[in-house]
Amino acid sequence: MPFVMSSKTKPSYDVIIVGSGAAGGQSAYVLVAAGAKVLMLEAGRNYDPVSETPMFNTPKQAPLRGAATPDKQFFGFYDATVNGGWTVANEPYMVQRKSQNGWHEAKDIDVGGSDQNFMWWRPRMLGGRTNHWGRFSFRMGPYDFKPKSRDGLGMDWPISYDDLAPYYDKVEALVGVYGSNEGLENTPDSPPGILLPPPKPRANELLTKKFCAKLGIPVVPAHVAILSQQQNWNKIPQMLHSDNPDASARLASSMKTRLACFWATACGRGCSIKANYQSTTVHLPPALASGNLDIITDAMVREVTMDENGKATGVLYIDKTTGKEMSAKAKVIVLAASGCESARILLNSKSAKFPNGLANSSGKVGRYLMDTVGASLSGQIPALENCPPHNEDGASVMHLYMPWWNYQKQIAGKMDFPRGYHIEFGGGRRMPEAGIFGGLENFTGGSYGKKFKEDARRYYGSFMGFSGRGEMIPNEDSYCEIDPDKKDKWGIPVLRFHFKWSEHELKQAVHMQKTFAEIIKAMGGKVLGQPQADGAKAIAPGGAIIHEVGTTCMGSDPKNSVLNQYCQSWDVKNLFVTDGGPFVSNADKNPTLTIMANAWRACDYLAGEMKKGNL
Amino acid sequence: MSERMDRREALKWMLAASATVSLLNFKSFGAGGMAATGYGTDPDLLKDYKPGDVWPLTFTDEQRKTVAALCDIIIPADEKSPAASSVGVPDFIDEWVSAPYPNQQSDRKEILTGLKWLDEESQKRFQKKFADLAESQQREICDDICYLPNAKSEFKTAAKFFVKFRNLTASGFYTTPQGWKDLQYIGNVALAKFDGPPPEVLKYLNLD
Repeated sequence: MPFVMSSKTKPSYDVIIVGSGAAGGQSAYVLVAAGAKVLMLEAGRNYDPVSETPMFNTPKQAPLRGAATPDKQFFGFYDATVNGGWTVANEPYMVQRKSQNGWHEAKDIDVGGSDQNFMWWRPRMLGGRTNHWGRFSFRMGPYDFKPKSRDGLGMDWPISYDDLAPYYDKVEALVGVYGSNEGLENTPDSPPGILLPPPKPRANELLTKKFCAKLGIPVVPAHVAILSQQQNWNKIPQMLHSDNPDASARLASSMKTRLACFWATACGRGCSIKANYQSTTVHLPPALASGNLDIITDAMVREVTMDENGKATGVLYIDKTTGKEMSAKAKVIVLAASGCESARILLNSKSAKFPNGLANSSGKVGRYLMDTVGASLSGQIPALENCPPHNEDGASVMHLYMPWWNYQKQIAGKMDFPRGYHIEFGGGRRMPEAGIFGGLENFTGGSYGKKFKEDARRYYGSFMGFSGRGEMIPNEDSYCEIDPDKKDKWGIPVLRFHFKWSEHELKQAVHMQKTFAEIIKAMGGKVLGQPQADGAKAIAPGGAIIHEVGTTCMGSDPKNSVLNQYCQSWDVKNLFVTDGGPFVSNADKNPTLTIMANAWRACDYLAGEMKKGNL
Repeated sequence: MSERMDRREALKWMLAASATVSLLNFKSFGAGGMAATGYGTDPDLLKDYKPGDVWPLTFTDEQRKTVAALCDIIIPADEKSPAASSVGVPDFIDEWVSAPYPNQQSDRKEILTGLKWLDEESQKRFQKKFADLAESQQREICDDICYLPNAKSEFKTAAKFFVKFRNLTASGFYTTPQGWKDLQYIGNVALAKFDGPPPEVLKYLNLD
């Protein structure tokens, strides 16, 4: 693969893309197909899921039975993320703590991080967060693009659902998403033939559905970027590239190498058979096959360079392997480094002409930082005890979920919070891992010996967890800015985070807890712990759900937005941001699918403008 | 569990839900301390690791004897599966308390203190170390510390240790092939298609 050393880069490219995840991968895919010569810069190392994924490895084969540590956070040892997490060595960020005044360097969630006002997950690897993400792929609905028009809060997007719908179609066809069309309110259907069939529900999912029906809560197939069957490589590439036989052929040949899910091993490890979507297995291979994409890894971008006419000319980056500062030139710059990292690059690109950072005449770079509202509750379901043994690994993530069901009640003013959430849930006879049966003494009165073994058999598979994912409304108190003092190892000024949930989110989190308790009780189960009635205790810290978006918001007015509707800077015509930064709201629909659809739309526009000579 | 622990456990679950991994991660292992060097942020994920491969094990022979005895009181052999000590659980617990990470370092103090208490209590009651006691004598001590809410005030600290030790023993045992077999976990194998629950399961759950 043409991973080039920085000494071998071409004198100039058409486009430089900063970042290689969902946004960078999607942007490169579209621009290369349009004939552009593209240089991609990735701050982490090269990474190949085909050869590096520990498929089928068991917890016993891992240190500490795979438990999470500060070195391998979140899912633990087998998490696909390498060199990353809530903290990245040599690349600090600053947060506030509940227990102390002032600014502090952020810590891992396991060793003090949950006391922070914000947590920032960063991978440092090719493909970014697409390597370990949950792959839940929900379309934002018509209400979600015009929330202010609907209930007076937050801001409207400069685009509507209809503007993005064709790109949702394309992205779903390209990456492969299983799911079904249910015709539910503000939960868009896909056109026929786009979604792959959803896997059959697991036993615990069917049981939950049965009791949720009595509570009026819909339980339907989730939409997940996993191939439940191989994609149609005869039809899809032609459909996506009807006027571009080369791009079509490259996609077809890449698509053929992706196998259907074999219903085992956790997607968070990555996937060596390419059954799930990762930028590294879906976006980058066909783009690289064109010969028009060069990628430099271990390239930490510091700032965007400018000429005297106010046009971007390229970027300065640190080659992490040598520590040297390098430069790269291009006609157009696309930042796709993740919401906050792209904002950091802009804010660090200061000059006499742009004293507050680049593309920041509105003062909105870094502003309106949003995460997703998260709250959860678990229960023990006696009906699931001693269930006959069967394999319910499935797609590793959920097959069913609960989309938001109270849109009408909310708009009628009958609820005490304005925006919705969906429920992610699961349980059952999953792979036993470190921590299994912790807390079992609360059910067994502290059994040990042969009785403990009998209890373990009885209770295994009888626990269910429910987790809400809700909309956060942007506010003036949540933003990132450059810390005046702190720099990372490369001498690049770091971000510090202000973050505050409003009553809208806190009340929503309480409602989640109440609902989960109702579901658990309806199933005849026992709630573990107490549902939190205090929103501040019910809600996860900012950044914990790893859906941080906003910070370079798009809009229709240059005075109060950073980008236009095509993710193009109002101030610098040849500068685009295609990651989560342009988001104007953060609906309960997990953001990655929308990031990809929006990036595709932006890059179609970019390619068109480039052809017209406007950039 | 303390308020703080509850919140941390809740977070663990919340984070796990959005992606993959097991459902109920009550990872009720402690917190605090400073990190030294472990396996690093980019370890070889494909390798088959054994306790002691990445950092040295540290139990003394005496500690190891006590650990093996307590493991087997918690998970003894029965008709379905072997005892914890026969499938490497003491090695795993040694790996755990020897690890250079903050949570494990904090657990180390509690585990080593608990083991010492156990031998002292055995001496006091029966004039022998825990490992040398008859099973009935071992159980007599364990009965006093196996359930924190019922433990007398003088046994509260030991009962907290027991919670942690039982969790570690279960973590070590139920992640082995023998432990999986005991629970009849039959996943982690490639399937041509996913059929959903078989009829007997639907019947069992009254979903047919």
